[in-house]
Amino acid sequence: MKYDTVIIGAGLSGLAAAIRLAHFGGKVAVLERHYRVGGLNSFYRKDRRDFDVGLHAMTNYAPHGPKSAPFQKLLRQLRLREEEFSLVPQTQSRIVFPGVTLPFGNGIESLTASVADRFPSQADNFRRLVEEVLAHDELNLANRWSSARQRVAATLTDPLLVDMLFLPLMYYGSADEEDMDFTQFVVMMKAVFCEGFCRPAGGMRPVLDRLLARCEEAGVEIHLRTGVASVEVADGKVTGVVTDAGDRIGCDAVLSSAGNVETARFCPASVADGEASPRAGRMSFMESIHVMKAPVADEATIVFFNRTDRLRYRKPDALIDLDSGVVCMPGNFAYTADRPAPAEADRTVRITSIADPDRWRTLEGDAYADAKERMGIEQRTAASFAVPAVGGDVVYHDIFTPRTVERFTGHVNGAVYGSPDKRRDGKTGVRGLSLIGTDQGFLGIVGSMLSGISIANQLMTERK
Amino acid sequence: MTKDAIRQAIVDIIQEILPDEDMGGIELDKPLRDQLELDSMDFLDIVMELRKRYHIEVPEKDYMELNTLGSTIAYLEPKMANL
Ligand SMILES: Cc1cc2nc3c(=O)[nH]c(=O)nc-3n(C[C@H](O)[C@H](O)[C@H](O)COP(=O)(O)OP(=O)(O)OC[C@H]3O[C@@H](n4cnc5c(N)ncnc54)[C@H](O)[C@@H]3O)c2cc1C
Repeated sequence: MKYDTVIIGAGLSGLAAAIRLAHFGGKVAVLERHYRVGGLNSFYRKDRRDFDVGLHAMTNYAPHGPKSAPFQKLLRQLRLREEEFSLVPQTQSRIVFPGVTLPFGNGIESLTASVADRFPSQADNFRRLVEEVLAHDELNLANRWSSARQRVAATLTDPLLVDMLFLPLMYYGSADEEDMDFTQFVVMMKAVFCEGFCRPAGGMRPVLDRLLARCEEAGVEIHLRTGVASVEVADGKVTGVVTDAGDRIGCDAVLSSAGNVETARFCPASVADGEASPRAGRMSFMESIHVMKAPVADEATIVFFNRTDRLRYRKPDALIDLDSGVVCMPGNFAYTADRPAPAEADRTVRITSIADPDRWRTLEGDAYADAKERMGIEQRTAASFAVPAVGGDVVYHDIFTPRTVERFTGHVNGAVYGSPDKRRDGKTGVRGLSLIGTDQGFLGIVGSMLSGISIANQLMTERK
Repeated sequence: MTKDAIRQAIVDIIQEILPDEDMGGIELDKPLRDQLELDSMDFLDIVMELRKRYHIEVPEKDYMELNTLGSTIAYLEPKMANL
């Protein structure tokens, strides 16, 4: 059997790339090691409750927005309609540091007004920063890494405001510790503040079902429980892949969403001669989902908090970093009669903390289970600094750690945002092998789909 | 294909890409990019749909021929005349 393209991973980037290539007649197989599609943003059922793995909010909310908006591009490219996502916008979110709170909603005007109110001396600087961000072409695949901290500090002169802006942007999309690539900063500014948050009312399952239906229409083959053990290369060019079961599948091109370090493990030649090996990502998270006894008494959709004066975004010297975190309340989106909230949404909170993969890895059996329980409680106590309601009684909870992420998605260290070394053009040392998704560099739900689309388009253009 | 049929073929392709757009008002000699806010990804789609539907190849050096609806029809006429 021979394919034009084999795609490694049925996460959002892999599915989007597959739809593009197959829509235009390519013979495409998606190979996924797990028994379910969706990768980092899948769904699961446990103890008769349905949960999303990674959904806080979808960024880039641009309802009926300009055609240049990333979400609108994505819809056109995949031949999907906005209605099919049943999106509901956030109500309001906030960034909380000791003594200062910055509320923001969808659209940059809202944050601009908060900044002018809380940081009057920075109001003009902030407007200039926004102009700089809007003028930057973040989709240019030729962009190189440059320090966002330096660029932003040149415009905003209050370090507290800078940290307050970086908090949500780093938590939602930085593989780098303490700094971000300026292009990635721009991507996230636009995604989070200029456009904003929404949620597919029913969670990720209907979205993934729709993507699967598009795959089927287009003729994509999806093989679950089919891991790729190695990529075959001859004369510097891809010739096929070998599955975990030892089957050889021939193809002309491979798109890998496994990550660059991970891809290098099963295809050493992907690191070109003389090139440094990509660094493994270090940023991972503990994510807990709590179903509270009573509806959550807080109106915010997402609260980003930092309990100290300066933001620290790096691998902690502890199981989790209790000084900062994110609280998501999925009940607080603007649901409607035909886009209703899922069961128990008003009683659910999700909390994210930065975690140390190495410490979690060394724990075995009961010690691991105990640590999860303990950290779940400590995390809630810490988060009550910004959302007192999370201190209430809990009737059910589920917690996942860097280890869970690594086990289900293969990302080394459970690094949700992958390696700090991105390859914007997707290219590797092997002709015909490209990276998509996390380590191509467009992150998140919308970002990873656009990543798959962009690299699939590049492949189609080169093939002609 | 006649000139009118080619025009219709192009409009059908654009309509698939932009299902909500009113195609009635497209002007022949104004850049499609400006009239419809098309980006390079959309132009790639037009090219790929032409290939998928009519087996016509538009090499990258010819992309500027797709500037307006009128120039697109003129460019495709010899390629589609015998379809
Ligand atoms: C807890 C959490 C919360 C998040 N919250 C949000 C949010 O609120 N909003 C948002 O936009 N984003 C969020 N994200 C990020 C978002 O989920 C990811 O950026 C996105 O899903 C990445 O998609 P991807 O296709 O690049 O990679 P992945 O989803 O990781 O897909 C890679 C796939 O490849 C498979 N694979 C790996 N190796 C192999 C192999 N050798 N053979 C076969 N298959 C293989 C994996 O099993 C996986 O399915 C969150 C992530 C997490 C973990």
